Amino acid sequence: MNTFRKGIAGGIPIALGYFAVSFSFGILAVKGGIHPLTAALISLTNVTSAGQFAGLTIILASGSLWEMALTQFIINLRYSLMSLSISQKLDAKLPLWHRFLMAFGMTDEIFGISAVQKNPLAPSFMYGAMAVAIPGWVLGTLVGGLAGSVLPAFLLSALGVALYGMFIAIIIPPAKADPAVLAVVLLSMGLSCLFYFLPLLKQVSSGFVIIIVTVVVAGLMAWLKPVEEEPSDV
Amino acid sequence: MSDLYLYILVMSVVTYLVRMLPLVLMRREIHNRFIRSFLYYVPYACLAAMTVPAIFFATDHLISAALGFACALFLAYKEQSLIRVALGACIVVFLAERVLVFVGML
Repeated sequence: MNTFRKGIAGGIPIALGYFAVSFSFGILAVKGGIHPLTAALISLTNVTSAGQFAGLTIILASGSLWEMALTQFIINLRYSLMSLSISQKLDAKLPLWHRFLMAFGMTDEIFGISAVQKNPLAPSFMYGAMAVAIPGWVLGTLVGGLAGSVLPAFLLSALGVALYGMFIAIIIPPAKADPAVLAVVLLSMGLSCLFYFLPLLKQVSSGFVIIIVTVVVAGLMAWLKPVEEEPSDV
Repeated sequence: MSDLYLYILVMSVVTYLVRMLPLVLMRREIHNRFIRSFLYYVPYACLAAMTVPAIFFATDHLISAALGFACALFLAYKEQSLIRVALGACIVVFLAERVLVFVGML
């Protein structure tokens, strides 16, 4: 099997998961008054669940563009680490344009299946995964946006937790394996609740709450519990 | 609504740069332990902060949301796939709300 087809095979379950999650993103966007096609455009140009979700919150709250830029930067900073890790797996002679193109598909899940490929990573593997996962993400948004307005309220209510379910699925297994990650998760949830319930702190907009909590908790834990030297082959 | 497209432009450009710059510019590994540790913890801190307390207000009733949250935690603890955790939580919320309607709490 060539690497492109191998990428497609790896991308299919990702595309299915994306469809379900971006479906709820489409619903949320349309609920906030955004056209289904515009919601699909957001998905096509961003391809990131957490970032889009936070971005939508800022759009609906009419936040500033600075707040948007800073929020996207902080929330998506993890992609830098992933890109960095993938850059170590690439053939040094790889033409630069491959790096520009691969970067577009650097999501948690595509990174996940790419990072475990043998070195050097063939760009076509990522392209295969992107070729199915990205359409799944965009179509899910569109269908969710279109169906959201005709779906009964009780179904929308149930689908409202889909995105959070996915976040939980991403953070819990590592938290189980690493007490430091567990501490990060608990501290972040606690701090985020403080911002939600305490007077004064309550007035901070939700985009900035995510930034502040992330920087404070990740910074604190990086200081208290720095990660071990990483194995040479990641 | 041209503001909307400005938001989308800023969002997508920042997101792409964050992904692209390290891949294109940094050909060597980061050795600063603090930065590496910080980047390692970022996704967990950010996703956790986004999930709680927001998930409790994502449905029609606090009880159905709490049950959905508990179900997602359980399935994730059992290391089920993303789609199973997400759909499992949805199904529990759906069922819980049918019961809440039945007992007249919703």
